[in-house]
Amino acid sequence: MTDEIPEIDSVTGTGVPVRGNDIDTDQIIPARFMKVVTFDGLGEFAFFDLRFDDDDDQKDHPFNEPQFQDASVLAVNANFGCGSSREHAPQALMRWGIDAIVGESFAEIFAGNCLALGIPTVTADHETIVDLQEWIDEHPDGEIHVDVEEETVTYGDTTVEATVDDAQRRALTEGVWDTTALMKSNADAVAEKAAELPYVDV
Amino acid sequence: MSEGTLYDKVWEEHTVSELPTGQTQLFVGLHLIHEVTSPQAFGMLQERDLEVAYPELTHATVDHIVPTADQSRPYRDDAAEEMMSELEQNVRDAGIQFSDPTTGEQGIVHVIGPEQGLTQPGKTIVCGDSHTSTHGAFGALAFGIGTSQIRDVLATQTIAMEKKKVRKIEVTGELGPGVEAKDVILEVIRRLGTEGGVGYVYEYAGEAIESLDMEGRMSICNMSIEGGARAGYVNPDETTYEWMKDTDYFRENPEKFDELKPYWESIRSDDDAEYDDVVTIDGSELEPVVTWGTTPGQGIGISEPIPEPESLAADKQDTARRAQEHMRVTPGDTMEGYEIDVAFLGSCTNARLPDLRRAAEVVEGREVHEDVRAMVVPGSQRVKAAAEAEGLDEIFEEAGFEWRNAGCSMCLGMNEDQLEGDEACASSSNRNFIGRQGSKDGRTVLMNPRMVAAAAIEGKVTDVRELKEVTAV
Repeated sequence: MTDEIPEIDSVTGTGVPVRGNDIDTDQIIPARFMKVVTFDGLGEFAFFDLRFDDDDDQKDHPFNEPQFQDASVLAVNANFGCGSSREHAPQALMRWGIDAIVGESFAEIFAGNCLALGIPTVTADHETIVDLQEWIDEHPDGEIHVDVEEETVTYGDTTVEATVDDAQRRALTEGVWDTTALMKSNADAVAEKAAELPYVDV
Repeated sequence: MSEGTLYDKVWEEHTVSELPTGQTQLFVGLHLIHEVTSPQAFGMLQERDLEVAYPELTHATVDHIVPTADQSRPYRDDAAEEMMSELEQNVRDAGIQFSDPTTGEQGIVHVIGPEQGLTQPGKTIVCGDSHTSTHGAFGALAFGIGTSQIRDVLATQTIAMEKKKVRKIEVTGELGPGVEAKDVILEVIRRLGTEGGVGYVYEYAGEAIESLDMEGRMSICNMSIEGGARAGYVNPDETTYEWMKDTDYFRENPEKFDELKPYWESIRSDDDAEYDDVVTIDGSELEPVVTWGTTPGQGIGISEPIPEPESLAADKQDTARRAQEHMRVTPGDTMEGYEIDVAFLGSCTNARLPDLRRAAEVVEGREVHEDVRAMVVPGSQRVKAAAEAEGLDEIFEEAGFEWRNAGCSMCLGMNEDQLEGDEACASSSNRNFIGRQGSKDGRTVLMNPRMVAAAAIEGKVTDVRELKEVTAV
């Protein structure tokens, strides 16, 4: 019924740092760009209002800088992705080119949305993230290896411990992060549950 | 781990299976959908040749893009029209009930669910909208999901989730005059932080919560997500049951009320329930809370000074500095007297009948300040009709407010209702994020509905408790 879901043990690529705590999904993708019925083409609108002024001229933002255009590992700070549940946010980042996000912490709905797209959201402490962000600035062409299975992030000669939520790690590394078919296979148990719940009339 | 809480019980009741990821496959009792986050999910179903498994447990409305002034079709905004048409097509194809604007039942998804009795104690409720936590006010387990998860729910009526911890937030004492549910939740977020609730579900309890009406409980649960908690709830009680009795579903099926009440009682948290954390807040000490910054956690009592960034925790200082620059506020000042250009009374947080009634009491006999454009956007067509039956529309219009049709409106600026340039807005909504109300230079000050009314009259942030009496002319 569905194509094989890829196992994601690790992500390797160059990085891009986006600094600041509490970067909400309205900043990741402003609401006016959600007036669409597909996710296609959202990539160019990632962080739009932080990247462009009223005249659509570029402002200082890592997503505008030429050295980061091929980046696939986003390094962020605390509570990234808070606010609105819009999946448009990780969709925009993914379509811009992001395959993994390393940060101090993530809002729950955002992390869940990333998982549903196969994007790991890996956490590490404040100092570790700051060091990583600085390293990326100094080495925009340097490869970062985000190991989901081993829960480490490697850049240059440095390997640091990171944390991947247990369920996320298993879902990614075992290729069960797209849960539709898996849950559909329990349709009989779902029907039983529906019959059993006192409030369900079906 | 928690034990014997409403969360534990509802989780248990709805568990279908344990997935290989360690997540639980949870049955969804009610799936609410709207036009912004669902079309892509229907598209994904089509790509996979799947159908909606339980259309009868799914309910649609249109709220984010619907214009609140001229609602004639086709909508003036082509993108809005396309989204509406897409939703109409999807619900028609799948046989999903749709509270569209022609029914008189349309409104913000978190207002209409409770109105119609779709929201019930002990249900699991999801919607592609982070403010789904609102429905927890009824003792439901309700949370926002993303579009891929909407696909899961449409296709299977279940969702893959990890169990969270439970934090009990006990608000003791009696709220003072002029202090509302909104002030309680802004205080909770200020104290526990915007990410304090990550990994938790919040149970709101204590005298100050139990004495609130359902609308007040909804305002509190609504903003759980602003504190990082994906879900928040209040245990159902007589106030809840009285509300349920008066909804469409139970008026049409009165026998269901007696049938379901034992279930509702059974899922209440036990007296000796165990929590992962307990926080107590003295409700009697609170005053109206307003925000000075650009996250809902950046709030202060109306008489308190705006904090010096250096006085805050190290990880909050940078955000505070940037927020103060954006808002153009000075540490040491209070927010009182902060000039506003727009007053917005609306949103899924505070656009229900009692919210409008309280604001109208403040507005009655007064005039909106000449430099302020003020608007009321009722949460639903029913709220609007009920308010009009009481003459609230006249009170607002006579004072100079615009009286609009139901929708999300200026809470997030997806329709025509938006801030312009660097306008400052006294808003009864839930998010003061930069750009949230449609202008990236716009400035949002969150507050309760009576405070919005007072700000509209005075043209600046005002302590509603100190507003001078209206004198007869």
